[in-house]
Amino acid sequence: MSEELIFKSIAELGRLLEAGKTTSVALVQAFAARTRAVDGRVKAFNSRDEANALELARASDERRAQGQARGPLEGIPVGFKDVIAVDGQPLTCSSKMLANYVSPYDATVTEKLKAAGAIPWGRLNMDEFAMGSSTENSAFGTTCNPWDLSRVPGGSSGGSAAAVAAGEAPVSLGSDTGGSIRQPAALCGIVGLKPTYGLVSRYGLAAFASSLDQIGTFAHTVEDAAIVLGAIAGHDSRDSTSFETPVSDYRVELKKRTGPWRLGVPREFFGEGLDPEVGASVKQAIDFYRKAGCEIREVSMPFTSEYAVAAYYIIATAECSSNLARYDGVRYGYRSPNATNAIDLYFKSRAEGFGEEVKRRVILGTYVLSSGYYDAYYLRAQKVRSLIRDEFMRLFRDCDALLSPTTPTAAFKIGEKAADPLSMYLSDIYTIGVNLAGLPGISIPCGFTAAKLPVGLQIIGQPFRETDLLAIAHHYEQAHDWHQKHPDL
Amino acid sequence: MNIEYVANLARLALTDAEKIRFSQQLGDILHYVEKLKQVDVAGVEPMAHASPVFNVWAADVPVAGLPVEKALQNAPSQRDNLVAIPKVME
Repeated sequence: MSEELIFKSIAELGRLLEAGKTTSVALVQAFAARTRAVDGRVKAFNSRDEANALELARASDERRAQGQARGPLEGIPVGFKDVIAVDGQPLTCSSKMLANYVSPYDATVTEKLKAAGAIPWGRLNMDEFAMGSSTENSAFGTTCNPWDLSRVPGGSSGGSAAAVAAGEAPVSLGSDTGGSIRQPAALCGIVGLKPTYGLVSRYGLAAFASSLDQIGTFAHTVEDAAIVLGAIAGHDSRDSTSFETPVSDYRVELKKRTGPWRLGVPREFFGEGLDPEVGASVKQAIDFYRKAGCEIREVSMPFTSEYAVAAYYIIATAECSSNLARYDGVRYGYRSPNATNAIDLYFKSRAEGFGEEVKRRVILGTYVLSSGYYDAYYLRAQKVRSLIRDEFMRLFRDCDALLSPTTPTAAFKIGEKAADPLSMYLSDIYTIGVNLAGLPGISIPCGFTAAKLPVGLQIIGQPFRETDLLAIAHHYEQAHDWHQKHPDL
Repeated sequence: MNIEYVANLARLALTDAEKIRFSQQLGDILHYVEKLKQVDVAGVEPMAHASPVFNVWAADVPVAGLPVEKALQNAPSQRDNLVAIPKVME
């Protein structure tokens, strides 16, 4: 196994490929060997097809030999959260409901990555249908945090985060509905980018809450996140909320912008519930920006901090109950063998196919949309959502971006919050407002607790200004070496 | 919340234990979201999503869909290029 390859950035792997110092086949072999060595403990993968990845890697090496390399992702393995379609590969959403489902087509992001020469590498574990913050809701077992196997990797994209942190994939895709990329990135000590709603097509992403879901990326470095974003962003007529906006060369642009920036720090994000060690690391990161000449403004978000979680759990569950109505045991997915007629088929297939958290959210979502309650819950939450977006946009008149912790605590123990859904929901308190407002957000490593658990800094940017967001994150990363630390496995 | 009524709307069969557990947990969550009632939302437009696009129309041109075998490859049961289900009526 090439230990020296598995923790390199894809920017560096790209240089090695270009210089002929390694091959795509060697990369796939290195990550496959690493996965065999550690995934029995980390459990990041639901499935993987090494033979298929090697075949694609050979084709990539051939293109390169003929001078037809397609860019910075040529020959690079990319892990996929098990919620994004890759033609011919399983797509389970970590649910019994889709345990045997095979994608009949490629998601738009998959098409784009394949066109860029990337190699789909494995199906990564998640909370069932992306509902959760710990990966404990997977029907196929819990992924473990590579920094401490007794702790959660975060969720819902826990497998995608753990795979990169453990050196099993150099980059991966996830989806973020309320923090599902940023939170696991923070808990696993890597970079997690959630783009602006509408920048990346959702076509081929199994839907949870369509007005909040957005595909994004996990990586070791900000530059790597920029490389993947550059490949997957762009308008797609197959997603009606996809936005027509020019896609920058984020990788080039992020290095051109060096600040200084005006950075807002919402005081409510440092209040009750924030672990002191996490708070101290984040404050040091804020000090770094201050010393670098940035203008640090203490700002207030009383509305978002008070109401975002409540509005989110109404809107997200309403959309979930509607989206998951498609799983009825008829056209695809699990079908109960115990049904006696067509209506019974719905009730039993859904009861036997869905896990506990999914059922809880379907029930809650059905309730808030039901006759007599729609106005009081769902419509009111949508109005509160407007006010939350207004609060962010007001701050952006005087701030280029906002800084906060990504999570209130470092990784918690497996089982610690499983019995109390509300306390689990509150672990997303700093990330959820970003989804409601449709903003881009990134989590980057900014330190460790005394117990050697990673801490994440969240940077929240203005809509469609990913370049600034990435530049601000890159500026910090250049002066620190957190991203070069890796777990002992 | 009348859990049986809502579970019926959701076409979800719940066990007695689930009914008891969900009633209590959802009661806690509904109590938490009650705080939204404090907000003055008079005159505020509801926000359905965050993308600045509305009324998106597809061009009226035919495009190829999935071939039949791919569309049916995940069907639990099929017959004559159709999805088969238990009898709807006796």
